[in-house]
Amino acid sequence: MSRVVVDVMLKPEILDPQGQAVANALPRLGVTDVSSVRIGRRIEIEFAGDANLDTAREIADKLLANPVIEDFEIRADDAVEEDA
Amino acid sequence: MTVRIGVVTFPGSLDDGDAARAVGIAGAEAVRLWHGDADLYGVDAVILPGGFSYGDALRCGAIARFAPVMETVADAARGGLPVLGVCNGFQILCEAHLLPGALTRNQHLHFRNRDQFLRIASTSTAWTNQFTTGQEILVPVKNGEGCFVADERTLDELEGEGRIVARYTRGNPNGSQRDIAAITNEAGNVVGIMPHPEHAVEALTGPSLDGLGFFTSVLRTLAGSSAGGQLAGGH
Repeated sequence: MSRVVVDVMLKPEILDPQGQAVANALPRLGVTDVSSVRIGRRIEIEFAGDANLDTAREIADKLLANPVIEDFEIRADDAVEEDA
Repeated sequence: MTVRIGVVTFPGSLDDGDAARAVGIAGAEAVRLWHGDADLYGVDAVILPGGFSYGDALRCGAIARFAPVMETVADAARGGLPVLGVCNGFQILCEAHLLPGALTRNQHLHFRNRDQFLRIASTSTAWTNQFTTGQEILVPVKNGEGCFVADERTLDELEGEGRIVARYTRGNPNGSQRDIAAITNEAGNVVGIMPHPEHAVEALTGPSLDGLGFFTSVLRTLAGSSAGGQLAGGH
């Protein structure tokens, strides 16, 4: 089994109201030196056999991210193979 | 011959019943379509109703786009079939790339549920030819992710080509760019609208009867296309 991790983030020019809400709450934690928070999504894809980065990229491009508003990055997660 | 308008039900659709009812009130026959069935049963137009298809998993409309019925709807839409997406249906049309842009979380993060004034900006679509340009209508809006976004070039294009169909007026409920409430594709046969015309077709339950115009418009479009062989859009 092998794992591919996909990180999906809103494009920099797209407003992230959730991130802003979190940033606005930080002073209540006593944190005052944070200028911005942006929230994305991490998706873990587990392949039955070897990790197929091309397939993972296709999944990310067609389904996991909406290219109109989001960018994504993919990487093989080697930690899983070590565990196994 | 009675016009037959398909209303698709996805798992999580909420407004399919009201959409079918609005179709009936407008004088057409509603044909209930199922997300897992690719057959459109020869309907003359299709409505993608509001709701939370597939629980809004991943992004609103992202999973519904791959439903078997959507492949057929997408092909038919590219061929000129009138398609109206309301709320979640609008989100599905954007995810399916039948309309540009995307619907994102309301800027204030609150679910917004109220009667909303819109100004009709284009009457040359299959779904708005019974309105007049600049007409104000009142229909319910109810969404958490109705903030329309697109890059500046796309927004300019929509504006320049007269493809903004309706704008929010007397207050923008979700932060939508350029107050966009509804847009259309280049041909004018596919329209996505965030507020709910199907909830404004009866005096008992709606704030007005203004929503009915969308459904009578498509009847007009279809009558015109069968009589004169005109394309759905642009007339």
